[in-house]
Amino acid sequence: MAALSSFADTPTAQPSEEDRLSLAFLKDRSTEKALLWCTEYLNEEGHGSLLPMTRKVMLQIYSDPTLTLDYLPTLGLPEFTRSATELALGRDSPAIRENRAGGVQTLGGTGAIRLGAELLQRWYNVGGARCGPVYLSSPSGGSVAATLQGAGISDIRSYRYWDPDKKGFSVAPLLEDLEVAPEQSVIVLYASAHCPTGAEPSQSDWKQIAEVMMRRRLFPFFLLPSQGLCWGDPAQDAWSLRYFVSLGFELLCAQSFSTNFGLYSDRVGSLLLVLKHSSLLLAVQSQAASVVHTLWSRPPGGGARLVTMVLNNPALLAEWKEGLRVMVERGMLIREKLKERLRMLGIPEFWDHVTQQRGLYCCTGLTEEQVQFLVMTCHVYLPASGCVNVTAISGRTLDHVAESIYLAVTSDLQEYRH
Amino acid sequence: MSLFTEVPQAAPVAVFKLTADFREDKHPSKVNLGVGAYRTDECQPWVLPVVRKVEQLIANDHGLNHEYLPILGLPEFRASASKIALGEDSPAINENRVGGVQSLGGTGALRIGAEFLRRWYNGKNNTATPIYVSAPTWENHNAVFSDAGFTDVRPYRYWDAEKRGLALAGFLEDLENAPEYSVFLLHACAHNPTGTDPTPDEWKQIAEIMERKKLFAFFDSAYQGFASGDLQKDAWAVRYFVSKGFELFCAQSFSKNFGLYNERVGNLTVVAKDSDNASRILSQMEKIVRTIWSNPPSQGARIVATTLTTPELFAEWKDNVKTMADRVLLMRSQLKAKLQALGTPGTWEHITQQIGMFSFTGLNPNQVGYLIKEKHVYLMASGRINMCGLTTKNLDYVAESIHETVTKIQ
Repeated sequence: MAALSSFADTPTAQPSEEDRLSLAFLKDRSTEKALLWCTEYLNEEGHGSLLPMTRKVMLQIYSDPTLTLDYLPTLGLPEFTRSATELALGRDSPAIRENRAGGVQTLGGTGAIRLGAELLQRWYNVGGARCGPVYLSSPSGGSVAATLQGAGISDIRSYRYWDPDKKGFSVAPLLEDLEVAPEQSVIVLYASAHCPTGAEPSQSDWKQIAEVMMRRRLFPFFLLPSQGLCWGDPAQDAWSLRYFVSLGFELLCAQSFSTNFGLYSDRVGSLLLVLKHSSLLLAVQSQAASVVHTLWSRPPGGGARLVTMVLNNPALLAEWKEGLRVMVERGMLIREKLKERLRMLGIPEFWDHVTQQRGLYCCTGLTEEQVQFLVMTCHVYLPASGCVNVTAISGRTLDHVAESIYLAVTSDLQEYRH
Repeated sequence: MSLFTEVPQAAPVAVFKLTADFREDKHPSKVNLGVGAYRTDECQPWVLPVVRKVEQLIANDHGLNHEYLPILGLPEFRASASKIALGEDSPAINENRVGGVQSLGGTGALRIGAEFLRRWYNGKNNTATPIYVSAPTWENHNAVFSDAGFTDVRPYRYWDAEKRGLALAGFLEDLENAPEYSVFLLHACAHNPTGTDPTPDEWKQIAEIMERKKLFAFFDSAYQGFASGDLQKDAWAVRYFVSKGFELFCAQSFSKNFGLYNERVGNLTVVAKDSDNASRILSQMEKIVRTIWSNPPSQGARIVATTLTTPELFAEWKDNVKTMADRVLLMRSQLKAKLQALGTPGTWEHITQQIGMFSFTGLNPNQVGYLIKEKHVYLMASGRINMCGLTTKNLDYVAESIHETVTKIQ
């Protein structure tokens, strides 16, 4: 047998920024350390929060003697995709009534983005010009670009989103970028709870965005990663998506149930398709089945069953919604406390942006040098973008985090400048 | 005006269409021999008793949470899954050069392996490397590799329709003539759809050529334990290749042998030359996984890992697997006996010679059409039947229907 491996030239993959941060944090022996980046909603103990009803519903599902483990359909559990679609669009959405909105069950949000990307790559405007560029916000959530690339989409550009001077979202630069995007470009938009900044367009901003996109024939690919965890109300969190549908847009929306149901390892997601006619929906769904067939063949059953049960049982639904409100309130409280601590420490600037942003994430506005300082000197780990997951700040670490930020902002960081 | 106006309806997958047609059929004696899952003698799905037990353990274990698994999956699952394929005392495992990628069933494992090979095997992004799949093979093999970017997916001779067995000479010839570094997709056992496996001696001949011609072995192992009832026996080919020093991939599915179809449990076992190669390979596979499903579902992996690593549960599982394998063996021998008793023209030895869930009956498309339309016995156009669709109650009807078909239609 040949001595040399066929894979002798395969390099070690570069770890992602997220992985590097986690590893560095784990290795850090300091007693006062904090890891501020995570994609789960963390409880006070620093673990992905389990919703109160999850255990009892899972037990119910797996204790049911009539439960079989037969394959799900390729497109997923029909009751699940129907419920997911209704949750996103509202039960009385005209698109649902007209049978031109439907879902495909996917492996979490990533699976939905991948499926949507594959569909766009293969079938978007197949009769006309090839699918053009896909635009992501600047900055954008970790793996979205890589997932698009995995589907063969190579022309990925960005539109301005975070305004470092305003420390929030600015609509004017975004509109400028949309005006010059080639017609029929795909625009990836967070319906709510933007990752990684937490900054939100207002309703009037959304109206302007929709107007430009309609006029320039730009295609919306919405991301809805944690419906209900932005404003505490699923309907409000889907306002932008529903607005676009009401204007007659065709669109895709990648829904994840990881965070709002605490079902991270169950991989529950749905790719929502809204088309102009029901016949188009059927055709696109059949193509989605072909894509799914060679990616994961069929989706997993357990998590989708739980979500379906909760969304269709009034008592469980009410319990779930209450759980969302509690989670959102805690998030807001952490934001308030952080802002207050910084104020009391005498931080020279206003930190209102922390409480103006919503959802899991917060863009602190810290510069790269300041972030470096936090990581190297204060044992506080966050990505270079300066964005954090507010639920990663616990009662125990709040003081240290606040003091570290204060130091970062007020120290002379000559040595951290490149 | 929709931008999706030109999108055509995709052709339905044949086996799904068959099941849909079966469902629509109102005939009281209808039989579905195209079903893709194990069925009991009452024609019901079967959740393995050991699986029900472990599901309860998991549901009641408050120490378990639903946090994201690592990208490559549950460590205990990956280790125990690779171990079950390669053997407790596998030299490759002892030399620390085996890795696993928890995947979405066998399909997911194949896809990750294919995506990796396309990027890193035989040069960088060499989409022209020939991928050989058996003629015939599982209908999805072709598509998985071409969707991963390979442009040259070709058949290697496998099924000899005339002698109703392995086309060994043709197979070996295709191996000899394959360009160096071609990838060969091999069924570890219970070949789908023919149920015909090479003997150990034939595997040795296959391995000899593959080593000489530097061909890459990619095993598909979806039926370990289910084929003969013996885990070791069903893994013989994979373990033999490992013992000869091959680097190889083995896409494992636990859908059938654990009855965990909808939990989507699979593992891509990677056997590398050394541990350094293994970790580099896995690091690249991790990147690929991140862009498809990000991290895998936990439920099925926990069930399998718990079962494989707990002696009493492991024993119970082997017993459950044997129950399924034995029922299939019984149906094989009874079907053959009934056809022979009826004096059905042709030889029917292949029914008991073939192994696993499927049998390639040798019926031609006209005969298949007759069976479906006139007798309401559903099977694939290739003549493939799933033995699990047979029961003691429908055996007579099926045997008589085949007899009628073969005597009426040539």
